[in-house]
Amino acid sequence: MRKASSTQQSEIVGYTVVRRDTDTNASLEVSGQWLRDARIKPVEQVVAELESRPVKRLSILPVELADWDSRLPSYLLKIADYCVAKAIELDVSAMPQGVQDLLALARAVPERSGARRREERAPFLANVGNSVLNLIEDSRQLVIFLGELILAVGEVLRGQARFRALDLFIFVQDAGPNGFPIVSLISLLVGLILAFVGALQLAMFGAQIYIADLVALGTVREMGPLMTAIIMSGRTGAAYAAQLGTMNVNSEIDALKTMGISPMEFLVIPRMLALVLMMPLLTLYADLLGILGGAAVSYGAFDVSITQYYHEITKAVDIVDFSVGFFKSVVFAVLIAIAGCMRGMACGRSASAVGDAATAAVVDSIVYIVVSDSLITLILNQMRI
Amino acid sequence: MTTAHITVDHLTMAYGDFVIQRDLSFTIGRGEVFIVMGGSGCGKSTLLKHLIGLHRPAKGQVYYDKQNFWRADAEQRIKVMRRIGVLYQSGALFSSLTLAENIALPLGEFTGLNKAEIADMVSYKLALVGLAGFEDYYPAEISGGMQKRAGLARAMALDPEILFFDEPSAGLDPVSARLLDDLILSLCDTLGTTIVVVTHELASIFAIGTNSVFLDPESKTMLATGNPKKLLAESDDPRIIQFLTRGEGRGDKQKGVL
Ligand SMILES: Nc1ncnc2c1ncn2[C@@H]1O[C@H](COP(=O)(O)OP(=O)(O)O)[C@@H](O)[C@H]1O
Ligand SMILES: [Mg+2]
Repeated sequence: MRKASSTQQSEIVGYTVVRRDTDTNASLEVSGQWLRDARIKPVEQVVAELESRPVKRLSILPVELADWDSRLPSYLLKIADYCVAKAIELDVSAMPQGVQDLLALARAVPERSGARRREERAPFLANVGNSVLNLIEDSRQLVIFLGELILAVGEVLRGQARFRALDLFIFVQDAGPNGFPIVSLISLLVGLILAFVGALQLAMFGAQIYIADLVALGTVREMGPLMTAIIMSGRTGAAYAAQLGTMNVNSEIDALKTMGISPMEFLVIPRMLALVLMMPLLTLYADLLGILGGAAVSYGAFDVSITQYYHEITKAVDIVDFSVGFFKSVVFAVLIAIAGCMRGMACGRSASAVGDAATAAVVDSIVYIVVSDSLITLILNQMRI
Repeated sequence: MTTAHITVDHLTMAYGDFVIQRDLSFTIGRGEVFIVMGGSGCGKSTLLKHLIGLHRPAKGQVYYDKQNFWRADAEQRIKVMRRIGVLYQSGALFSSLTLAENIALPLGEFTGLNKAEIADMVSYKLALVGLAGFEDYYPAEISGGMQKRAGLARAMALDPEILFFDEPSAGLDPVSARLLDDLILSLCDTLGTTIVVVTHELASIFAIGTNSVFLDPESKTMLATGNPKKLLAESDDPRIIQFLTRGEGRGDKQKGVL
């Protein structure tokens, strides 16, 4: 049977004929094969035919009805819905018992009023309006989150926050030492690139020695904190969003709340603390590797001795530059933790929502990082630091 | 008549503008096993969320004893919440903690017990629900029924005055479901705990329920409240009879109509 249906597709046909018995009565004759791959007149045409000359009573009659599967009851259900809407009396008593039973089953629980949600293609302006409303809602959530966070930080400062020391330890481990390899690789390479690009220009007027200044200043004030923050937002911020999002899907956050434990203190604070503790250290480490990268380029390709390079660096950067980088990294750590945790806590209750939360966390934190970096640089520039 | 433990007064529940149920008024007495029943999707879990402080009512009040739960400030509400235990539909165990750590968490937070005492308490609670020896398992390493029971152990960690269950027997085999029912009953008897159960398992409803409320998804309100056995015997609302008899009617079998 299945074989025949696939080789001779055009052979399988189901027929419907609308017959008018009297002025008010009509019958719909179904015949042929009502199978999944059968060619059957679309139900809309039948409805349109009925529509063209309204009737009071419609009987469905089988005429040499051969095989049928779900195709038939689903077709009839459409017609039955139409009949209910137009108050037409529908008679299916002549149909096979199986069809009658399935139809009865499909209609046993009436559609919940207001349950159906239409996925309408909204017009352009409505889309614009919706995205603005979403933006406002997002900002509102951010403000609420920040408020709760500040209260929780207050609890921490008073020494009353509840979280597990073990959790903090695990997060520190994860955000710090486990991040070493990727931070090493990226910052070393960024140092190399910075040195190389600068050196090509400087070498034109024989000022290779100033590669050291360029690399040291650029790394310590800008690239070190920035690259570390971007790595951490992808590595740790996204992980936080996914962790909290999954806990939300699994009602774990509800469970905490009903236990009377604040999720803010229990879940967010240790994560944020871990980042705030670890990011400055990672940044210092990244600075060191960036400068090493620069040294490799100037020594290897531009004949600057290591001692010269070292001397140049000690002249170029001082404690103020390091403080600026340090300050930035603390700010970035807070921002990454906020973006990750907020998206996680506000996550919907599905697998795809967890993915969305992780994506949004990374996007948010990169935006926060770059914007705040620009602001800080601008302000420091104005203050001539 | 027992004294009122939770009183719900003209409660209307909504998600945004979408009203789930309106005008619910009923009383849950001290020491009762109170059943929240109704077809799936009628708002039973939502009602639970309103009772345990996870969702604010659109209208109406919830009282614990004489205290207005949602009017109280956050601190007082948390105090009330510490007196209740909740078993979630999914178990909601903390997946990154072992069973022992899950149960130890509220004990460590809210009692003055030392480590050894907490460990003893944890073992005792796990033994109560038949999970002795599973202290160091993670939730993902045990079966769904065991997760439910571990969730119960956690819900009971602080000896709450009121226990809430969301479909405790969903996904359990009939024997385990029965055992869970027995467990709930014996808790109620020995500790005098008030118990609120969301369920549509008829067997459980009649076996353990002493009081109930029936939510209807169509009219979006409650149809009746009272002892489920009495409801079955005395109610003349066909929707309730149909629910309580699995659609077979009180003796006279109804014929399906198309
Ligand atoms: N977070 C939510 N947001 C919007 N609607 C919801 C939400 N949770 C549940 N609903 C809707 O509320 C209704 C009741 O859900 P629920 O209380 O879970 O029913 P049940 O009685 O099966 O436990 C359903 O129609 C569901 O679609
Ligand atoms: Mg539910």
